Amino acid sequence: MADLRINLAGIESPNPFWLASAPPTNSGYQVQRAFEAGWGGAVWKTLGEPIINTSSRFAAISFNGKKVVGFNNIELITDRPLEVNLKEIYETKKRFPNHAIIASLMVEPSREKWHEIVKRVEDVGVDGLELNFGCPHGMAERGMGSASGQQPDLVESQTMWVKEVAKTPVIVKLTPNITDITMTAKAAVRGGADAISMINTINSLAGVDLDTWNTIPHVAGKGAHGGYCGPAVKPIALNMVAECARNANINIPLSGIGGISNWRDAVEFMLMGATGVQVCTAAMHHGFSIVEDMIDGLNNYLDEKGILSVTELIGKSVEKYSDWGNLDLNYQTVAKINTDICINCNKCHIACEDTAHQCIDMLTDPKGNKYLKVREADCVGCNLCAIVCPEEGAISMIELPREKIAMTWNERQHALASLRG
Amino acid sequence: MRDDSKSFVSLAILNRNFEEVKAGLSPAAAMDESNRCLYCYDAPCIQACPTGINIPSFIKKIASGNLKGSATTIMEANPIGASCARVCPTEELCEGACVLNHSTKPIMIGDLQRYATDWAIKNEQILFKAGEKNGMSVGIIGGGPAGLSAARELARLGYDVTIYEAKSKAGGLNTYGIVSFRLPQKVAQWEVEQVEKLGVQIKTNITVGRDISVNEILETYDSVILAIGMSKGPMLQIEGEELKGVYDAIQFVEDSKTKEITDELIGKRVVVIGAGNTAIDAATCSVRLGAENVKILYRRSQKEMTAYEFEFEFAKQDNVEFRWLTAPTRLIGDSIGQIRQLECIKMKLGDPGIDGRRRPVPIEGSEFILEVDAVIKAIGQTRYLELIDAFGLEQHKGVVKINLETYQTSNPKVYAVGDVIFGEGQGEAMVVSAAQHGKKAAYAIHQQLKNSIIETA
Repeated sequence: MADLRINLAGIESPNPFWLASAPPTNSGYQVQRAFEAGWGGAVWKTLGEPIINTSSRFAAISFNGKKVVGFNNIELITDRPLEVNLKEIYETKKRFPNHAIIASLMVEPSREKWHEIVKRVEDVGVDGLELNFGCPHGMAERGMGSASGQQPDLVESQTMWVKEVAKTPVIVKLTPNITDITMTAKAAVRGGADAISMINTINSLAGVDLDTWNTIPHVAGKGAHGGYCGPAVKPIALNMVAECARNANINIPLSGIGGISNWRDAVEFMLMGATGVQVCTAAMHHGFSIVEDMIDGLNNYLDEKGILSVTELIGKSVEKYSDWGNLDLNYQTVAKINTDICINCNKCHIACEDTAHQCIDMLTDPKGNKYLKVREADCVGCNLCAIVCPEEGAISMIELPREKIAMTWNERQHALASLRG
Repeated sequence: MRDDSKSFVSLAILNRNFEEVKAGLSPAAAMDESNRCLYCYDAPCIQACPTGINIPSFIKKIASGNLKGSATTIMEANPIGASCARVCPTEELCEGACVLNHSTKPIMIGDLQRYATDWAIKNEQILFKAGEKNGMSVGIIGGGPAGLSAARELARLGYDVTIYEAKSKAGGLNTYGIVSFRLPQKVAQWEVEQVEKLGVQIKTNITVGRDISVNEILETYDSVILAIGMSKGPMLQIEGEELKGVYDAIQFVEDSKTKEITDELIGKRVVVIGAGNTAIDAATCSVRLGAENVKILYRRSQKEMTAYEFEFEFAKQDNVEFRWLTAPTRLIGDSIGQIRQLECIKMKLGDPGIDGRRRPVPIEGSEFILEVDAVIKAIGQTRYLELIDAFGLEQHKGVVKINLETYQTSNPKVYAVGDVIFGEGQGEAMVVSAAQHGKKAAYAIHQQLKNSIIETA
């Protein structure tokens, strides 16, 4: 049994699985159910001036019959009075003293407002604060959420105001709706943030109804952009986490958010630098009990690898993530088809023939059996065939023996420059 | 005792027994299954389909919600694709070729084909248009699968097509010869309507050679297609065949599809002779008519049985008993001419005959008696020799000789398709193959006649 406890900038929790600030953490009832189910922490649904929500708020993307591949929402921050939330936070913390409760906060960019809310939530015993600079809809029109999160100077100053009074660790939650997330991450660092979390949701329109031509979702026939999350956004989130993790100027802990659906996703985020993860869509799709496998699967994985503490995973793959210019141009892989496993669907052939490098031949052996073969000389090792292959193990990407010494683009340019001398 | 049991089974129940036994896929199941299809390139399922339906394409269209397109893809390649979705031996054809046999389980292609075509039937879709009239005409004798298929393609090519159908409805085997609980008549009739809506004239209740002369047909049309199928079952050539309670399986199944369901088999003991698909149909039909015990007698062993595996399984699920290596020798009646007993003899397999199958040989002295109330003969079908002769076509044992590429007979103006050319080394009698014959004959006719179209234009 590996040690699953984490400590994120001083916030301790029994495991790395937190519920993100979102509908699942709207009330004490829900958070307590989540803790009973095994979640290690919860970021309470964003507190602030209570808002009015629209009816019809969520939409999801199905793909090839799979539901909720992506999820879109136009729900705003809490619609309940601050006093009610504070009372329930207090009760929940009392009942679950070892679980992490983080208050997500969003107020106008005013020093006094931030000071006031920080004091009030810290008084009821939260373990940390998460500043919501990410919500892309509704609040942004009021100068909050991503509207301030997209301006590094506002991120910095608001973080600073919070840090002036905060006694608990301060996490700054970043919006992905920005060209380079390290800009705002660095601003949070300058403002004194103890940690950053990412990503908030991505601006999105889930769809258009083919019969009514209404947006999906719509409110009385009108729609507005929402925030996109769920499995589909994982690669975007993972990249942003990794970009921050490998940036020398961002040296504070990271909380990974974005499409994390199971323990495997969590391991990937931790390897790329996250100290812990936050989950929402997966819980909204399946309920709180999914954390059972998250914990169990993570534990078995760590045991199998002989890793005693989950914290040993943190950042282990970061050094493997770099710029394109540092990739070895002389490294070569080719596809190899295992005809014993191949089921002859020919998907690799047509993918290669139509859309890649025309190097998989459909052949017939002397007995009349059809088989597929890669012309290695023409294969560029793009992986497409292996990606479309439905049969595990039928196509392997084989590393070719090195013919030339490793050389990256940057090294090549450098060498050329010195030749020109 | 048996008469008492009658009162427990109502005609309403019997009628319900004849509703289609297999439910169609639900939209959710169809979505799941269609998304499971790999969309193979150069897919083996297409090659395994005698009509070459672009199966990955029609399945993809189900997944995308393009059901009209899906049904069109199916019906384009197979004018009787809705019937075939139900009666094709898919495990030997498309599903047997599915690459997923090698990894998980094959796609339920037949069920998906039914899903798409059921949608077209329910939504009263007209999927095809007749071609611009080209001034040429084709007469088709027989409105079964092969004839309809040829008619559909010829109408699309602009021919003036007339079908002569001896029965009151077209559809042939699909309409009359396959039990309702596997293929309801409305499915076959929808396919007939699709053809009629292209302007094909279907003259029903017309027997060529009796109601209209062969010569008139030959003189009226630019080409003629013989799609006459086969006739009733042959005689067993044993004593007692005239007894009351002795049926011909073809007629028996046809009655179940065309006449009021009766209660006369409730509680009765039925023996079906033969082990082809029609024998299975007759046996399962008897079960659904309330028979207490149904046995299939076959003079060879299970290995030589010609019924499809899924038909055999279906019969077993209906508690039909199989008596292998058993042949009837005598039908024994009572004083009022009603069959009461069937004398049988045990057989053993001897040397292979000319068809390669081992010939059954009687075991001397092994005769025994079965108590029966009805006997259904399902030992094949005879051929319309007289009509074939009236056309003056070369034939062998009633199988019309054709050019295997063009389906042209010894009379260059006459083409032959479907059951009339099956057998004697000319392929296996499958509905789906008959459909393909029809298509190919239509194209061959077009090849032959299109030059004269250009000349007259």
